[in-house]
Amino acid sequence: MVRPRLNAGAVIDGFTLGEILHRGGMAMLWSVTHPDHDLPMLMKVPLLFEGEDPAAIVGFEMEQMILPRLHGPHVPRFIAAAGFEVQPYIVMEHVDGVSAETLLPRTPLPAAEVAAFGAAVATALASLHAQHVVHLDVKPANILLRPDGTVVLIDFGLSRHERLPDLMQEEFRLPYGSAPYMAPEQVMGERGDPHSDLFALGAVLYQLTTGAWAFENEQRLSAMKRRLWRDPEPPRRRRPDCPPWLQEIILRCLEVDPARRHPTAAQLAFDLHHPDQVALTARAAKTARDGMAAVLKRRFNPDPMAPRPSGTSAQLAAAPIIAVAIDLPVETSALPEAMRRSLMRIMAMVPGARVACLNVLRQGLISIDTTLDADGQNRHVQRLVELRHWVAPLRLEEERVTFHVLQAVNVAGAILEYAEANRVDHLILGARPQSVRRRLLGSVSGEVAAWAPCSVTVVRLRG
Amino acid sequence: MRIALFADIHGNRQALEACLAHAARHGAERLVFLGDIVGYGGDPAWCVAQVMQAVAAGAVALGGNHDAALTAGSGGLNSVAAAAIDWTRMTLSAEAVAFLAELPLESAEEDRLYVHADASDPGAWNYVLNAEDARRSLDATMARVTICGHVHVPRLYGLSDAAKLTVFRPPGNEAVPLLRRRRWLAVLGAVGQPRDGDPAACYGMLETEEPTLTWARVPYDVEAAAAAIRAAGLPEPLAARLALGR
Repeated sequence: MVRPRLNAGAVIDGFTLGEILHRGGMAMLWSVTHPDHDLPMLMKVPLLFEGEDPAAIVGFEMEQMILPRLHGPHVPRFIAAAGFEVQPYIVMEHVDGVSAETLLPRTPLPAAEVAAFGAAVATALASLHAQHVVHLDVKPANILLRPDGTVVLIDFGLSRHERLPDLMQEEFRLPYGSAPYMAPEQVMGERGDPHSDLFALGAVLYQLTTGAWAFENEQRLSAMKRRLWRDPEPPRRRRPDCPPWLQEIILRCLEVDPARRHPTAAQLAFDLHHPDQVALTARAAKTARDGMAAVLKRRFNPDPMAPRPSGTSAQLAAAPIIAVAIDLPVETSALPEAMRRSLMRIMAMVPGARVACLNVLRQGLISIDTTLDADGQNRHVQRLVELRHWVAPLRLEEERVTFHVLQAVNVAGAILEYAEANRVDHLILGARPQSVRRRLLGSVSGEVAAWAPCSVTVVRLRG
Repeated sequence: MRIALFADIHGNRQALEACLAHAARHGAERLVFLGDIVGYGGDPAWCVAQVMQAVAAGAVALGGNHDAALTAGSGGLNSVAAAAIDWTRMTLSAEAVAFLAELPLESAEEDRLYVHADASDPGAWNYVLNAEDARRSLDATMARVTICGHVHVPRLYGLSDAAKLTVFRPPGNEAVPLLRRRRWLAVLGAVGQPRDGDPAACYGMLETEEPTLTWARVPYDVEAAAAAIRAAGLPEPLAARLALGR
């Protein structure tokens, strides 16, 4: 079969080639246009040489299967593809954004910027994992930032789709991935665990925080395996002003045992969004690497890894984020009690679940600019105290529960916005008894149930 | 073109009825029956009549080991299966038995091969249970896509031009691409006696344009199928296993 020559102006299946955007080791990217599509597009063309690396072909086949099945703002939109019969290519949206590599010359970055970036990437990963895909090559070059800060993940050539055959698995003995960011279980050949992406993101955040790699850029398998027992320098050693919460998050991402990392990308994003709510452990205080005894024990007598539900969807289902919106002050005890029972059932059945206790401090339009006065501050603190008091009988571990007082004019709007921004999986709220006021104003629970991006449980007392 | 592929019906009328209706709703333009139309189930006559009618309208039907055992004897079968075949032989009309006896063991169209068991020796009724079996079957033919049954558990084996073999457990109701650069061996689930833990009937829907194969899972009236087995006086485990999908 004769392949058409590729040069600017050439037309392939209606796509006109423009300039070369990128010339990589495995593929070339061309800017393309098509009369039927008016968005900016690029064509990815795999490089095919005699005696080439077969990974280039398999990676292209994987991306060709996976990209058309993905949707949402965190992936480039798929337009078209062709196989190897004539000229293989994939056409996709040319994302208007810059690579996260452009952040590297500015490292070390301020903690707040690292957290905002990390939360955006974790949110994108949560969206990807929910679509049954583990990326497995998260690194600055594969993270694009749109002008509004939204993250787009690119290059699914090494990815694993839970519901599609994994062509990469049997094809190659060496683990493929990028050495400084690759999770230890991926080094050992495991290709189905979404926690591997959290590890890679942790390595990226480490780099942005300290300006140094967490692990060396060394492609030999024996060198990559070292991360199974040798922990990286704690970020605070390289950068003493790294806040404890950021070190806690980064080192949790870099845990060798995937079960000790955050249960889901959404939960990681949650922590990065709420630094003041991160439960600090010994990780946060570390100022030196583990001693030789611990390292030798890990090397020659490693702890068995905890069993986890296999597959992306099973893991997501096992670790939902639950938000409970509570009316304060708690006057009548029956409804809050019933809500607590609902929450208790879920928390008992799903040990990986975490709960965010919400209260909305309603504001009049006119009083908005008085929120920072002493009175407003006191009310805010008082409500946090009451939220803690409400949930206390459940005796939840500290890292499973957080507290949030939102200030808003529109109660339902504030709850919905919170659920959207934090990828909440399940909202619980109470329905107030019938009243004239509710008939006139409509109910918060009704509005939330109608517009929520997730499941909603409305707890109502039988009259 | 959309081709619906039915393997291991095993005389289960309720399951076959549900799958045929499902395939019709989803635009099947061609039907292929990959053997073991009878055996185990309580309604073999109805199932054979359906397949005969489909074949008269242009469908392809192949024979399986249970179909062959009607005339060749039930030597290779275990005692429960043999009991079912002996009962089936008494139930079926002479015309139905003759139809089953004359079914071919394999059939090819375009780049596809249909066969009940291992294609390297269709009449030996070997199971394709692992990568090694799949390679033997793939090595024996030129077909780009081989589709078989016999195992009652869905699997997809892929062979690259570097001779590497991948194994995949296809999830239900998901269109799995059969990339053109590779050769594929698809093991269908069973219509009438699923054994992968999911009691829903399973059949294949092949899309030939942009080649994909879907292992469709169709819930059916398991209780009625089990009742038919009990009413026929067949061994109880044959009825009980349907609800478990084992």
